[in-house]
Amino acid sequence: MSRHSQTSRRSPLLGIYALLVFAFLYSPIVVLILYSFNRDGVGGFPPRQLTFAWYRLLFSDSAIWDSVLNSLLVALGAVALSLTLGLLAALALDRATFPGKSIFRRLVLLPLILPGIITGLSLLMFAVFAGMQLSLATVFLGHGTALLSVATTELFAGLQKIDRAQEEASLDLGATPWQTFWRVTLPNLKLSLIAAGLLIFTLSMDEIAVTFFLIGRDNTLPLEIWARLRRGITPEINAISTLIFAVSVVLILIWYQIRTRTTGKEVQELLERP
Amino acid sequence: MYSRAYKWIVSTPPLLWVAIFLLLPYALMFAHSFWLVRDGMIAREWNLRNYAKLFQNPVYLDVLFRTMRIAAGVTLLSLLLGYPLAYYMSFRAGVRKELLYQLVIVPLWVSYLVRGYAWKTILGSEGVLNGFLQYIHVTKEPVSFFLYSPFAVVLMLTHIYTPFVFLPLYASLEHIPRNLVEASHDLGAGSRATFLRVILPLSLPGLLAGATFAFVLTLGDFLAPLLVGGPSSIMIANIVQSLFGTAYDWPLGAAISVCILVLTISLLFLTERLEKRWSFR
Amino acid sequence: MTQPVSSAEQTAACAGSGNELLEVRNVAKSFGPREVLKHISLEIASGEFLTLLGESGSGKTTLLRLIAGFEQPGSGEIWMSGERLDTLPPYKRRVNTVFQNYALFPHLTVQENVGYGLQVSGVAKSEIPGRVNEALQMVKMREFAVSRPAKLSGGQQQRVALARALVNRPKLLLLDEPLSALDANLRKQMQGELKSLQRELRITFLFVTHDQEEAMALSDRIALLKDGALEQIASPREIYAHPATSYTAEFIGQTNLLRAEVRNGVASCGSLRWSTLQPTGAALFSLRPEAIHLSPDGPVPADAIRFRAVIRQQIFSGSSEHLELELAGQLLRARIPARGAISGEQEFWFSPADAVSVRE
Repeated sequence: MSRHSQTSRRSPLLGIYALLVFAFLYSPIVVLILYSFNRDGVGGFPPRQLTFAWYRLLFSDSAIWDSVLNSLLVALGAVALSLTLGLLAALALDRATFPGKSIFRRLVLLPLILPGIITGLSLLMFAVFAGMQLSLATVFLGHGTALLSVATTELFAGLQKIDRAQEEASLDLGATPWQTFWRVTLPNLKLSLIAAGLLIFTLSMDEIAVTFFLIGRDNTLPLEIWARLRRGITPEINAISTLIFAVSVVLILIWYQIRTRTTGKEVQELLERP
Repeated sequence: MYSRAYKWIVSTPPLLWVAIFLLLPYALMFAHSFWLVRDGMIAREWNLRNYAKLFQNPVYLDVLFRTMRIAAGVTLLSLLLGYPLAYYMSFRAGVRKELLYQLVIVPLWVSYLVRGYAWKTILGSEGVLNGFLQYIHVTKEPVSFFLYSPFAVVLMLTHIYTPFVFLPLYASLEHIPRNLVEASHDLGAGSRATFLRVILPLSLPGLLAGATFAFVLTLGDFLAPLLVGGPSSIMIANIVQSLFGTAYDWPLGAAISVCILVLTISLLFLTERLEKRWSFR
Repeated sequence: MTQPVSSAEQTAACAGSGNELLEVRNVAKSFGPREVLKHISLEIASGEFLTLLGESGSGKTTLLRLIAGFEQPGSGEIWMSGERLDTLPPYKRRVNTVFQNYALFPHLTVQENVGYGLQVSGVAKSEIPGRVNEALQMVKMREFAVSRPAKLSGGQQQRVALARALVNRPKLLLLDEPLSALDANLRKQMQGELKSLQRELRITFLFVTHDQEEAMALSDRIALLKDGALEQIASPREIYAHPATSYTAEFIGQTNLLRAEVRNGVASCGSLRWSTLQPTGAALFSLRPEAIHLSPDGPVPADAIRFRAVIRQQIFSGSSEHLELELAGQLLRARIPARGAISGEQEFWFSPADAVSVRE
């Protein structure tokens, strides 16, 4: 990248603007975290007394933790389902040709781009049609289906990066396609699977739009928070939000490390002078 | 290299699943839009009355247009925030761009609800913003239009979707070979001319992708109005939600959903064609 | 066998006599801890075809980029036509570049690409189509005027890149290994076209390559760079016949490097002895393979140094035989005109004037 020292007329305005955008993106979160420690609750300025009271309240709130457990169950189930079907779908898209393939591809990607309410309502109608009771099971089916698109996209990209010659070499050396799959293809996809899994897990834990219409008596975490919001704002919600934020950050950073490890070399080369 | 059995095994389960849990549900929604509610029950009588109602009753069209205006506003603001940021990171940030990239995607992953809730606490009459303004003596009384207004909805959704707009845009900008920028300078174009003539045109695919994403998702959003919107900021998805809830008219709700679906798919189709035209490959 | 001095060599001889276009004064450049250019000075005469030749890492591309304006020198100055160049941004320099990967704008047609420099400099709209046409005609790409770069072959893109640079009538044209991505035949053809184009337009060309054959074919002068320093700068014939260092002798063409001891005007290396003007002491000599002749093949001059050697290997290459000779444990490479298989011990000779003394 060229370095215009004495000839540069680059104003610092762009950098300042970028800083302001970052400030915009982060200030609500910073405020949220700050006020979770505020004794006087949410609102007013400046926050007066810092306390852990709200967190203590949170930890004794069993309803919240029940919903966390529900969310975890659904999320883990969704990860398992999406990754399995997604892997098959990615393999199919990468290696098989069949009539209606392009329609299939678009259909799989549809929940990704459509507003959640449409997918949620469609699945609701299906549940009613099939005579299913709304419960965590229906939520699980909804998440699995909606997040299938995420799994397929990530795993398809991962498959593209595999050198086809590796699988050919395996077959050449006497391994069956099944063995080749387990010994060559899958290990190469390890990082993609983990990255996709993390992403699906996070998205499932946060899912509201689809869940809204498929929920039965047991709440997931977002819906439990939503229900409480209808009753009013309490700093306890700030506290749980802060915890969600902290966990999310850790998960994203792990995801990012994994993601760039698969393309790490390219990123390195991009940043170095040619 | 792959046997027919292999191809069958990998294609059948996902195909089956997608057919049952995606195609069928969407088809059901489509079917419902042609049915009716009679005596509190859904009657499977095929008719077009739901669609007629949509076009004849001005309420629905008003709300739809309002929703589209909000979506357009959110998209525009997200671009105004996201594009300069992406440009700065791609062309000016140097080795820091990896760190900055992580900083941008963090808010993206943090719960929608958490971020919406944050705005709710900030914008209220007793909220942090009002408290701050009063503290520094800019205002004497709480400003009420911060919350429960279209302003709040647009603000919250811009906050949500700016990283969404940023991602494909940044990818597009990163893909521009740096020697094109050098070539442009070499031929006599300064930074501004280079941006307008080379960088902007080549970033259009990413820009389009991000903008479409933001627009379409805002169009179907029903949570933001419930969190921070007021009666004057009801969006089309809220109407659908109430029709599936207390207002109990699934067929009408399905009809509106189908309209949203058609709108969305047409938009996606259009932008896909434009993206192909503008990718110059 | 003397050749008349060409006008190009006259131009080369004139360098430094007052018609310099570009002057690089003591320029150094580092990237972090890596010293890429170590205090280089050179001059480029107006209208000459100068090649920067070197391996990758020699600094040739960096020097080019400094002149183009994409990098700033760490120290030193660059002057063009009596004015300071290195303080100007690239878009203010009367210098244009032909990039290694062409860098054509994918979203513009060929004629829009070529006209780009004219448009951004505010040339009159009425004038642009004419000049663009002229440039495309020069590189024989008129019929592709409305095509997009993606539809063109490598060679065609290269011509468009050339036209795009030349249309601006720069004082100096920089070419960054423009032919390296082309296949051998196309390369040779383009070399010829580039050379005649330069002669015709009389624009100063600064050409970068790692291919020494290409450098010799095209240049009025070659500047050989090694590890960021200027090893030698001279015309192709001069640099071939009188390499200054062993590196030059080995990089340009092939050679045998003979380590000899000189005593009283006689150099001895192994079992070879020849007369030399070098002072007494250790010395290094370069003897080109084609300077070694097979005695039975023709008349042997009186002052020739004869020796017998065993032919270890013979490789046929069309018009010549490449021989690997062994004598007294020493290996020599010889190139003689094609004459059929030959083996065993034979007598060879070389002229003492062909053993050129070089620095380390």
